[in-house]
This record gives sequence, structure tokens and C-alpha cells, in this order.
Amino acid sequence: MDSAKVATGAALPERKFGPLTKTDIVRYQGASGDFNPIHHDEAFAAAAGMPGVFSVGMLQAGFLGTYCVELFGPESVRRIAVRFADQVWPGDRLTCRGVVTDVVSTDDGRCAELELSISRAEDGVAVSATATVLLGSELQGTARKGVEHVWTCTGHRRHGRGRRRHGEVVAAPRC
Amino acid sequence: VSTAKNHPAHALIGQVLFEYDMPIERGKIREFTSATGNSDPKYCGSMAPIPPTFLATTMHWEPQDPSLAERLGLNLGRVLQGGQEYAFHGPLPRAGDSLHAVTTAESVTVKRNSRGGVMTLIVVLTTFTRPDGSLAAEGRATVIERDTDG
Repeated sequence: MDSAKVATGAALPERKFGPLTKTDIVRYQGASGDFNPIHHDEAFAAAAGMPGVFSVGMLQAGFLGTYCVELFGPESVRRIAVRFADQVWPGDRLTCRGVVTDVVSTDDGRCAELELSISRAEDGVAVSATATVLLGSELQGTARKGVEHVWTCTGHRRHGRGRRRHGEVVAAPRC
Repeated sequence: VSTAKNHPAHALIGQVLFEYDMPIERGKIREFTSATGNSDPKYCGSMAPIPPTFLATTMHWEPQDPSLAERLGLNLGRVLQGGQEYAFHGPLPRAGDSLHAVTTAESVTVKRNSRGGVMTLIVVLTTFTRPDGSLAAEGRATVIERDTDG
């Protein structure tokens, strides 16, 4: 996404995922290490009073992470906070949406605060989220020599105003 | 909202529940990004950064005996995950890095919903530090335990 166009109130383009398969769920469980059988074992889910197996909340959170990466780059996300609101089922088609709620300038570039959601086609929000993304990814995008000062966008939000300096870090070699 | 002094987790606030090392592996990054529909080519490289929710993979490294639920005294039949936050500090962790994870109970609070049901909210904080001791990331999981129906 063209970072110059990111302004408070701007809606982000939608991104669809799915229809979700049981294989998608199992694949995420293997990747994450969350092997709760309620997400892949039909008999277990039925015994727990569920109509069937359902997706892992953190898979929907992962789709929201992917949404941010596709829009702002792999090194842009400085913070993401998700809230689980509703279940997602095999066969569901999911849509990610977002809006920019604030844009602030820091020494490392502009940061945007986002409100995000991922929803089932016929129903409401399954997972809502807020995120802080660095626009242009100046922090990560260029290798700098020696010691650099890093401002994290996260400090801005947590303290409500201003920016917090996070000390000195040695710039790591970058790809 | 009030503190939940009678919940077993309350006595654990601030105590270290777990401590472990977590290597950041290139293959795991590739596997995780594929599983979350993320095809950015940067994740295939030898210096791949971690994707935003990758620290969910701590479940492969976190000690399981006793489990976190047992340590916190949770009734699993009444437990839901309410939310999860990840915040990053400085350069993102990337393939080849090793992080040191320390997990604590940050807060235990009680909430009453509109129907009079009581819930205990436990925030579990995991901090991830680099070998030089600097903070790389924080993860906060909000665990909800329903005390009564509602």
C-alpha cells in the first residue's frame, strides 16, 4: 500500500481468505503447536457439546497478520492485539477489513494505528484487532552501521502520548 | 472489575511460571507463513523475519509438565482464550536468532457480565529477550475462566 495515502480514517482494501478447510486448520495446528483436539477430532468436539470441529482463533489472528504484511510489508508490524469474538467453521469464507485510526511521525518514519477485523461471510466479526504498523518500514528496510537509536511505535500507544525511546540496539545484519 | 484474590493464579502474580529458550528457525517461519496464507518471498530467505503472530509457536518450546493451565490452577472446562497481543521492540527477531522466554502471570481480575455471570481474567505475559539481554518482544495472552453460568 502506498504509505503516502495512509491517513486517519482511510479504509484498507479488503482481503478474503478461504473457504477454510479442515486441512487448513490441521496445518495451522502443526505449525503453531496448539494440538487441542477440539479443532480436528469430530468425536471430541461433539463430546464437548460443539456441532463439529472449528478453527483455531489464532489462525484467524494469523490471517490478520498476513493482511498487515501484504499491505505494509513483512517488517512493518510493531504491535498486534487480537480479541476473539466468534467461532469460525470449516467451509467459512473470511474477509479482513481495516481502517486507519491514527498516523504519527517518529524518527524512523510514520506509524499508523489500525483497527482490523476478520469476519465470516454471513455473520459478524470472528476476531477484532488493533495494530501499529511502521509505514515505509525504514526501521527494518535499510541496514545501518554501528549503533542506532530505535523508536518503537508501541510506546506511543501504550502511554497515550509522545514517543518512548527504547534505548540503543546494535543494528543486526539484514538480508 | 476487581482483583480476584481467591483465584489460585492470584498468588502467582509476578512469579516466573516458565523460563525457556526459543530458537527462531527458518523452516518453522516458512511453515507458519504458509499456514497463515502469507506468501511474501522474504519469509523464504535465510534471514527471514518472523511474521506478526509467529510467537504463537512458543507452544513447541514451553514446558508442558506441568502445563500452564495446571500452573495457574485453571478449570479447563471453563476456560476460553479472550485475546492475544504481541509487541516488538527494535529489529524483528529473524531466522537464526535465539530468544529467551520468561512467562509470568501479570494480572488476575474478576468481571461480571450483564447477566450476572462472573468471569476471571488472567493476563499471562511472556517476555522475549535477545542474548545481550535486550527486550525483543512481549506476548500477552488473556485467559478467561467462567466461574458461573452466564
